[in-house]
Amino acid sequence: MNITVKLFATFRTGRFDIETRTYPEGTTVGDVVRELNLSEKELGIMLVNSRHVKLDHRLGEGDTLSLFPLLGGG
Amino acid sequence: MDRIARINMGAAGGPTVTFEEVGEYAGLGGRALTSLLIAREVHPLCHPLGNENKLVIAPGMLSGTTGSMTGRLSVGCKSPLTGTIKESNAGGQAAQVMARIGYAAVILEGKPEGDDLYKIIINKDGIKIEVDNSLKLMDNYPLVEKLRQEYGDKVAYITIGSGGERQLLAASIACTDPELRPTRHCGRGGVGAVMGSKRVKAIILDDAGMKMRAPKDPEKFRDANRKFVEGLRKHPVTGEGLPAYGTNVLTNVLNEAGGYPTYNFKQGQFAGAAKLSGEAQAELEIKRGGSATHGCHRGCVIQCSGIYNDKDGHYITKQPEYETVWSHGGNCGIDDLDTVARLDFMDDNIGLDTIEMGVTIGVAMDAGLIPFGDREGAIRLLDEVGKGTPLGRVLGCGAEITGKVFGVEKVPVVKGQAMPAYDPRPIQGIGVTYATTTQGADHTAGYAIATNILKVGGDVDPLKTEGQVELSRNLQIATAAIDSTGMCLFIAFAIMDQPETFQALLDMLGAFYGITMTGDDVVALGKKVLSAERDFNARAGFTKAHDRLPRFFYTEPIAPHNQVFSVPDEEMDQLFNW
Repeated sequence: MNITVKLFATFRTGRFDIETRTYPEGTTVGDVVRELNLSEKELGIMLVNSRHVKLDHRLGEGDTLSLFPLLGGG
Repeated sequence: MDRIARINMGAAGGPTVTFEEVGEYAGLGGRALTSLLIAREVHPLCHPLGNENKLVIAPGMLSGTTGSMTGRLSVGCKSPLTGTIKESNAGGQAAQVMARIGYAAVILEGKPEGDDLYKIIINKDGIKIEVDNSLKLMDNYPLVEKLRQEYGDKVAYITIGSGGERQLLAASIACTDPELRPTRHCGRGGVGAVMGSKRVKAIILDDAGMKMRAPKDPEKFRDANRKFVEGLRKHPVTGEGLPAYGTNVLTNVLNEAGGYPTYNFKQGQFAGAAKLSGEAQAELEIKRGGSATHGCHRGCVIQCSGIYNDKDGHYITKQPEYETVWSHGGNCGIDDLDTVARLDFMDDNIGLDTIEMGVTIGVAMDAGLIPFGDREGAIRLLDEVGKGTPLGRVLGCGAEITGKVFGVEKVPVVKGQAMPAYDPRPIQGIGVTYATTTQGADHTAGYAIATNILKVGGDVDPLKTEGQVELSRNLQIATAAIDSTGMCLFIAFAIMDQPETFQALLDMLGAFYGITMTGDDVVALGKKVLSAERDFNARAGFTKAHDRLPRFFYTEPIAPHNQVFSVPDEEMDQLFNW
């Protein structure tokens, strides 16, 4: 299935900003995080189609997954 | 910090100064001092620009010490924008310098007859008040340049631009940064108009001959400060994200989460967000020879600011904050950082709140004055404010007044103050804070974004109503206390997640004042401040009917989540239930 993966802030370094990638059925957010070698300790915000999810969330065809390190501001 | 100076600008025969012991306000600072004093001394029904209002300027409890992050200056008054009590705080050098000179507060009272404009010079020898009509209608950058020729670079300046002098309701009070740029503003609530009403153009603070404030227990204080700094450096938000990208790192976060209001709060996502993002901004700043990392005051270890240059490498402004990039950028349908930087400079120069002005321009666009996305049009409108034309005066009085003048129905304000960069429909927690805070719509008063969106300091679902009132209550209490310490609010990211860093803060306060400070004491302080503010507002005529969002947030869903704000009124009315 096709998943649009968006990376932000330091997660982009040595990776990419946005890519459409192909994954097998049943792939979870955690699988993508591990595949991209993103540190779970640094992981802050995980959004699928603009909604917060956890690592065990199963992705579906055409989903947009956005991954951010822990961030703050305001 | 054992004295309070009262300057009666309205005294017969010219302004007078009296000094008093700090008395019952001993050990207090910042927002605690300004709010308790205003609540006690200012008539709640007074006209905010009249002689009964007072402007209280107070460094925080730890300002002027060797403690890091202690550079926040609070100003308090009755707000001409909201009609409520107001505390607005800023970084820059002023708090540290005023605290070292020895003042817990400087209070401007009364108002002079006539047209004379004054400057106030505060140093170790006392306080001088002088007429200086050569400063009339000067804006902040040229004003500080002129003052530097007379008072030099080893001082801090607190100033108002033409906006404050004209008593515009969006007028700010500027504080200079370490390089003497007037970039750090007590922005919200029209505090600059109150200073303007007292005809005070500039306050020059000179701490030559003064020392750092000494803690009761220097060794313990040093040790606690060391642990506190370690905690800030090791937390990913205060140690990495904010230094590298600044507050504008939030543009992508809020846009992805669908909580980024655009086109005057009509959509929750903006197609041009990537061009405005903190990632793009930091890259551009570095490429152009500016900087993506800069501290607003000496002793800051977070360094969330930066320097924004034009394409030829010339300084335009300091790094615009997330809320500024949003208000002048996405909210107006403008996707160009150079335009935002120009507008940020103009706001700082004229002396205006960037949130209020961006939202006002968005309302003006909605009214059809100029189209959404019109870069030059937005600059032209702000230029009108700087010139003081009739249109400029309307715009300079903020979103609510502009909406009324031009017949706009949907104006995003609470208690007359413009809503910042987070839509309350997909982020219900921040809606509770906007509605209920004593200050009018204000994200900093109880930053539910941390827990709703960023997942720092806990996890509450932004799309649900459950738990939002309790969250906002706890955040509002904690914020009122932090705003009293002189600490930058961004320390909250680290102290919410790291108990040892919170303990280090308690130990700094305890060691400085020779007391034992507990978490319960912090909560008690926060509640005391909020209760005083609520009491003032009640006496000023505010009821629970004012603790609501504008109606369209309850009736018009916003994409992509297609939700309305739906926290029940009865729950919100229980927020201040202690």
